[in-house]
Amino acid sequence: MIRDLLADLTTHDRQADRVVPPTGHTAWLTAFTAGAMTFLAVFALALSLAAGRLADRWSEALARTSTVRISAPPDQAAAQTQAVLDLLATTPGIASARALTDEEQRALLEPWFGPDLPVDALPIPRLVELVEEGEGYDGEGLRQRLSAEAPGAVLDDHTRWRQPLAVAAGRLRLLGLASIVLILATMAAMITLAANASLAANAQVIRVLRLVGARDSYIARAFVRRFTLRALTGAAAGAVAGMLGIAFLPSADAAGGFLTGLAFQGAGWLWPLLLPPLAGVVAFTATRIAALRKLKDLP
Amino acid sequence: MIAFDNVAYSYGGGELLSDITLRLAPGSFHFLTGPSGAGKSTFLKLCYAELLPTAGRVTIFDREVRSIGRDDVARMRRRIGVVHQDCQFLDHLPLATNVTLPLTVSGRDSPAQDLTDLLGWVGLAHLADALPPSLSGGERQRAAVARAVIMGPDVILADEPTGNLDWELSLRLLTLLVELNRMGKTIVIATHDMNLIRNAKQQVAARVLRIKNRHIQLAGADL
Ligand SMILES: Nc1ncnc2c1ncn2[C@@H]1O[C@H](COP(=O)(O)OP(=O)(O)OP(=O)(O)O)[C@@H](O)[C@H]1O
Ligand SMILES: [Mg+2]
Repeated sequence: MIRDLLADLTTHDRQADRVVPPTGHTAWLTAFTAGAMTFLAVFALALSLAAGRLADRWSEALARTSTVRISAPPDQAAAQTQAVLDLLATTPGIASARALTDEEQRALLEPWFGPDLPVDALPIPRLVELVEEGEGYDGEGLRQRLSAEAPGAVLDDHTRWRQPLAVAAGRLRLLGLASIVLILATMAAMITLAANASLAANAQVIRVLRLVGARDSYIARAFVRRFTLRALTGAAAGAVAGMLGIAFLPSADAAGGFLTGLAFQGAGWLWPLLLPPLAGVVAFTATRIAALRKLKDLP
Repeated sequence: MIAFDNVAYSYGGGELLSDITLRLAPGSFHFLTGPSGAGKSTFLKLCYAELLPTAGRVTIFDREVRSIGRDDVARMRRRIGVVHQDCQFLDHLPLATNVTLPLTVSGRDSPAQDLTDLLGWVGLAHLADALPPSLSGGERQRAAVARAVIMGPDVILADEPTGNLDWELSLRLLTLLVELNRMGKTIVIATHDMNLIRNAKQQVAARVLRIKNRHIQLAGADL
């Protein structure tokens, strides 16, 4: 397939091109369609990459640390804290766990209650901070063991609010990729229509070529080459336009949002460059299938 | 070369040709006559597989036409030069390009001198760059003959090749076909022109096939 494509594009057979008369408007339509579709695909790609980054960041940043909160009567606090620490030390997926000191707890509460908070005197829960490693721990299992060992201990693993955001971002990435697939499929459909129109308009030419002994592949090549080159040209223009559009998005980092994070980053700029060759492959395949199907019915 | 065994053909209505059995031997020279609408063009189309028989078997170069794949049909047509009744040119390409089209599509080079000689022979050298629609009927017919012979085919099928030609040009064309026949090519000419047939019979052992009542008969001395 790919070998056919390269052979068709590189064989410089001017005669083979000329046996089919030039067709003004289908040429223009194909290039325009490929250009517009690629332009849209660049944005879908940017959206997908940005959503992917967002999903990764949200799950990465929050996944690594969790806390266990121990609210126990003062006489049991120390014992339960120790029990929790022992339990965490033997839980797979946890790199380390330690109880926050009074100073650290006071520092955490200071913004809300001021510097003179008598931590000792108040029934403030004790906090144990744990750091995950590798694949992380099994949240549900840990919860059950905690409630058995230390009734006052509650695991706060942030997932309650982190999860939906990460899932939403992941969905957004999938939607972006699905859009690219749809855009390419639309391009294939429109190029198929244009190729069929061109084949129908040239029915007599095709007939004559068959009569003088041209093989189907020779006739198909004249059409395929033409449509592939047009689609490549249009898609290249569309990709450049789309990339320029994204490069010139205002970088209002202060507003710091998803929209301004849409730009490609680093090697990410290489991704949209894949779109024109992809459009070429789509055009090649669509035209070739259309042409060979049409030719099959001729004597 | 080409053999018909109990061949019938119909375009959808009644049978136009029925129960045709004949052989076009290598190196033979045939004329095909019959009233207009009798099926002469149809018969020739069966000979190069533009049409497939509705019954019976057509064998071309020892292969039954239905069993020949599409690429092999193309290769087979390169060995059969056809002068179509309606010429069949690519109207957007100049005459010279049209004449060399069989070479082009089979990936062969056309030696410029051969082309010039051939066009000169059919009297079209000065029209090499003209587009087919701008040519007269006779000029188109001569160009069609040039295209049919440029590949040096084994078989030449000519459908009314002299229909638009004056007597002098007709004879000249006949001479070309007779020469090719002497070189061993198999020739079939569909024509109404009895003078042409008589003239040819003085030069070669030409046989005359006549389509009558859906059948093809060998016409003998009754000319
Ligand atoms: N494609 C077609 N579809 C239906 N009928 C056809 C088709 N081509 C030819 N015919 C009919 O078949 C008959 C024979 O046609 P054909 O062209 O073979 O005749 P012909 O002997 O070559 O006539 P002429 O001497 O006028 O060229 C005619 O009645 C014609 O109308
Ligand atoms: Mg006819």
